Amino acid sequence: MRLRRIYQQACDWVEDRTGIPSWISQNAKHLAPPDAKWWYVFGSATLCAFLVQVVTGVALAFSYVPSSGEGFSALKFINDDAPLGHFLRGLHYYGASAMVLMVGLHMAQVFLFGSYKFPRELNWATGVLLLGFTLVMGFTGQTLRWDQNAIWSVVVAAEQAARVPVAGKWMARFLLGGDTIGGATLTRVFALHVFIIPGLIVAFIGLHLMLVLRHGISEPPKAGKPVDPKTYRKEYQELLDKTGRPFWPDAAWRDTVFCTAMILVITLLAWHFGAPQLGKPPDPSIIEASPRPDWYLLWYFAVLALLPYNLEKYLMVWGPLFAGLFLIALPFLFNRGERSFRRRPWAVASVLLITVMIAALWRLGAQTPWSPNFKAQPLSAAIVGATNGPVFAGARLFHDKGCLNCHWVAGDGGRRGPDLTDVASRLSPNQMLLRIANGGVNMPAYAANLTPAEMDALLAFLETRKIQRR
Amino acid sequence: MKDPNTEPCARLRLSSPEEISRRRFLARFNLAVGGVGALIVALPAVGFIIAPFFQRRTEVWRSVGKVDAYKVGETVAVEYEDAAPWPWAGVTAKSAAWLRRESADTFIAFSVNCTHLGCPVRWLAAADLFMCPCHGGVYYKDGTVAAGPPPLPLRRYPVRVQNGEVQIRTGPIPLTKK
Repeated sequence: MRLRRIYQQACDWVEDRTGIPSWISQNAKHLAPPDAKWWYVFGSATLCAFLVQVVTGVALAFSYVPSSGEGFSALKFINDDAPLGHFLRGLHYYGASAMVLMVGLHMAQVFLFGSYKFPRELNWATGVLLLGFTLVMGFTGQTLRWDQNAIWSVVVAAEQAARVPVAGKWMARFLLGGDTIGGATLTRVFALHVFIIPGLIVAFIGLHLMLVLRHGISEPPKAGKPVDPKTYRKEYQELLDKTGRPFWPDAAWRDTVFCTAMILVITLLAWHFGAPQLGKPPDPSIIEASPRPDWYLLWYFAVLALLPYNLEKYLMVWGPLFAGLFLIALPFLFNRGERSFRRRPWAVASVLLITVMIAALWRLGAQTPWSPNFKAQPLSAAIVGATNGPVFAGARLFHDKGCLNCHWVAGDGGRRGPDLTDVASRLSPNQMLLRIANGGVNMPAYAANLTPAEMDALLAFLETRKIQRR
Repeated sequence: MKDPNTEPCARLRLSSPEEISRRRFLARFNLAVGGVGALIVALPAVGFIIAPFFQRRTEVWRSVGKVDAYKVGETVAVEYEDAAPWPWAGVTAKSAAWLRRESADTFIAFSVNCTHLGCPVRWLAAADLFMCPCHGGVYYKDGTVAAGPPPLPLRRYPVRVQNGEVQIRTGPIPLTKK
């Protein structure tokens, strides 16, 4: 009893001098619609993942060295030697993955439930900016790993920035910190990742939450009950007055349970799989490199390979810009009407389409069928079916002239061009000769590269590429 | 008089002309003085951050070895140091180029950066082709585009022979502006 009285007195004193307890309690106990259940956990899960990133990021910063010359060895130290370092890196990596995933789920849920409509247009718009900041954090975070992949990712980013009209060259130089990768590069990526973007994220999370409190948590939509800006606020208030429940603790427990489960998953993944491997050192003179972004941008890597070449210069710059502006403008274009996804087939279709598209691009990005296979070995005698003569010589040429880097033959080779395992069933020697000599959009012309004897040998080999059918 | 706090977007309701001019002056004075203070801090900070935009680097010639170390017709990767590396640049101060000895005393130096998005292209000697690992760009041995997305031929760096040494002039990472 005595303890309780002391606590009460202390709390009264803090309330009197700061007003913080009542401020917290007012906000935490704001009324929420009662049937806002498990669908509503993704926003707080995003916030929770961000907090995981802040905690693990600050801890990593105690040992990280943002120096172009030393960053890689600092990372090696954190990864290999520092107690808990590898685990902490893993937490930061899977925390980032969770944050990207939760932002995506939160966005899809808000869109499908029509919660972005009047009066919550700016909740959505600030959310879109937060999505952008999250992706920038993902990219700069991958770059702070400061291995070979990191420096080439910066180059790729700078090359994309350079395509922007007028300001492009400046933007590229800003990213690189000058003309080339060098001493200035890592420090600016570090400043962005650790100060500028997190500062913006904190500010916009504040604004985002302020808006949530101002307009209230949106009620789950009912089909046939459209949003009318004239009456919406009154109806929402009546709903809350009648059936609203205090957010804390009636709704908050689901957020807590989900967030804790998410943290557990992050921990298990970090413990079991650990952080991504470090690549080669960040030495731009090591030419053997195959730069790839982390998974959350791998789909965009595929986009860059698959854009029609002649439209690329427009799409590379205006595509992302237009997509971002459209997302921000969305609630202003459609701020009234039906909220329920049962009455918004196009909304459901676009979410499905975007999901399928990103999944398909993501899969392609992981396979990179457009990249030459630099590891292709000369075809074995069993596959070639000859150990001397023109067929054998042609098979050698097929490897040496780089054909096998892009063409698949019976279990080996690249995926860029058509599979040639059975080419002789499709094309006559003459057709093959024309194709080899003249090339195509995705194939070099070999007319000047092969002697007539070499061409004959190559054709002799290709003519044997026929699957025996009964 | 209405409480100005209830109408944040409305201008202050002011009663007498003297009050108007005094309040208006104070409001503007306040903004002006505060603005000057903010600018004094912000300008050098922003200037420091964007300084790399305006720095023009003087390029230098870097020796990549004796002429005799290169065989005519062969294309090899060479590495050299950037023009003015910062003291803590470490290995990031290095650059690479594809160097080919064309004849007894002429050389070509290709940038290793693919003109599509800058990834380092590899030379396949037997095939006489450069291939890019990122998005499938391919170049002929003269650097012109053979296949894939690159919009421009591989860039070249100036290269010269002096005192029996091959020298490449450093340069920025070539940016494709289209």
